[in-house]
Amino acid sequence: MTQRRPFFITFLAPAVLTAVILVAAMFEVLQYSVRAFIPGALDVGGFTLDNFTRINRPIYWWVMLDTFYISFLTAIFSLLLSYPVAFALVRARRDWVRSLLVSLSITPLFTGEIVRTFSWMLMLGSDGFINSMLRKLSLIDMPLQIMYTRFGVVVALVQFSMPVMIILLATAISHVDRDCEKAAANLGASPGAVFWHVTLPLTLPGILSGIVVVFAWTMSAFSTPQLIGGGKVLMIANLAYLQGFSVLNLPFAATLSLIALVSALGSLVLMKSATSRIEKRLAIA
Amino acid sequence: MRSFAFWSLVTAILAYMTLPTLVVLMTSVNPTEILAFPSEGVSFQWYEKALTYPDFQIAFRNGLIVTGFASTLALIVGSAFAWLVQRYSFRGRGLLEAVLWSPLIIPHFTLGFGFLLLGGAFGLQQGYVMIVLAHMVLVMPFVTRAVYVSLANIDPNLARAAANLGASPFQVLMRIELPLVLPGMAGGWLIAAVLSLTEFTASLYVTGSRTQTLPVAMYNYIREYADPTVSAVSAMLIIVTTLIMFIADRAFGLRRVLAIDTH
Repeated sequence: MTQRRPFFITFLAPAVLTAVILVAAMFEVLQYSVRAFIPGALDVGGFTLDNFTRINRPIYWWVMLDTFYISFLTAIFSLLLSYPVAFALVRARRDWVRSLLVSLSITPLFTGEIVRTFSWMLMLGSDGFINSMLRKLSLIDMPLQIMYTRFGVVVALVQFSMPVMIILLATAISHVDRDCEKAAANLGASPGAVFWHVTLPLTLPGILSGIVVVFAWTMSAFSTPQLIGGGKVLMIANLAYLQGFSVLNLPFAATLSLIALVSALGSLVLMKSATSRIEKRLAIA
Repeated sequence: MRSFAFWSLVTAILAYMTLPTLVVLMTSVNPTEILAFPSEGVSFQWYEKALTYPDFQIAFRNGLIVTGFASTLALIVGSAFAWLVQRYSFRGRGLLEAVLWSPLIIPHFTLGFGFLLLGGAFGLQQGYVMIVLAHMVLVMPFVTRAVYVSLANIDPNLARAAANLGASPFQVLMRIELPLVLPGMAGGWLIAAVLSLTEFTASLYVTGSRTQTLPVAMYNYIREYADPTVSAVSAMLIIVTTLIMFIADRAFGLRRVLAIDTH
């Protein structure tokens, strides 16, 4: 497999060309992030680090903190809701149950974010599905305000992130050696104890990568905070869009986009090192 | 009893995941402009409005052009790249892989912004070239993955046997390997097409008012009007993507293509 084979250049050229285009696009973001903003003009000025010092203002810190907080909540709730589904998906005895669970949990991945965000607007609005049902059951008199709140944004984001979380968790759960569970049960552990002391620790790498992947994904969420947050909930992507297209401050928008990219990369690098440490510990135990 | 509680929990969670889709389908046949739950009657007027609304018609045509070119280019380049990763070792391979897998991690708005600025530098902003390139880069990892998995599953002895019997490298590639990888390529192409057709955030940056794709047109409509027309468009998109994924699963084994192993 290691020797040079025919068609090497034929296979290499298109891949290299694509990589060059992608790197050029990312380089443009980097380049704009260190340019001066000239108000009222789309052309940019000379090189400066002002855009990065500008981040150091309370309003921008709040957006960053909010982004982290929303992404963290989304990752945790996504994990809590996905684990039972992933567990059922792997352990269900009947084939058709497994197929049904796979289709129901994976299909939302492919309808696209606009369709999914729009469907949550129909769910959460003051005349939406949830409020209508609650009113019909006479549980509330006044509609609950869920749209334009952080809570509403998290409710929608959790549902978006679950397919990915379920895929990662299902892979981890399917790799658990059932003999370990049987051994624990034979030695007198209750089913709850088997799950808590055997299954759950063995799936820890999957749990961790699920949390980080969802966290990194949610940090770059745009359409959900844009439409369900409706300007009341700002995440970093919305701030970047606002700066780029309303204020027309392309350099600052580039800086924010770059920060989002670095945060996403950073959390994945952190995860890689953390998972390999856990896997080593599991291998010893 | 324990198992009953567990399956009730799973059912409730799946209801949370599925309910929004059902509500969209329900509202798309709402008889009036004001939504009611449950709706009083059935009407297909919003489908008619969606199909005759000029913005959606143009956006759908734009989307088909972009998706067609982007997913086909991604198929060609992604397959070549999968071959490269599977069969060759060369200097700089790690770097090339890091760059070409990175669109899975790069936030879509950062990527869209990058292609917008790049387009500006060449006077191609909001044109099809940049939209197609941005989409192609975004969906390529999925094609690469699908082709890579099928390539890895080919018995290397088949190629060796053919070569021993006198087949040229080109014949081995075209008559042995390519036919065996074709299902993986088709599955990857379908996934790429669906992802490109429904991509929104990067498209919002790289498209203009004349070149906007369907999700961008839907976003602009939602911000202005609140009638069930977008429900109808969404319902059609949901039905089409579900059908495509169903076909991809039946014909090419979607779970294998996505490398989800449940056992």
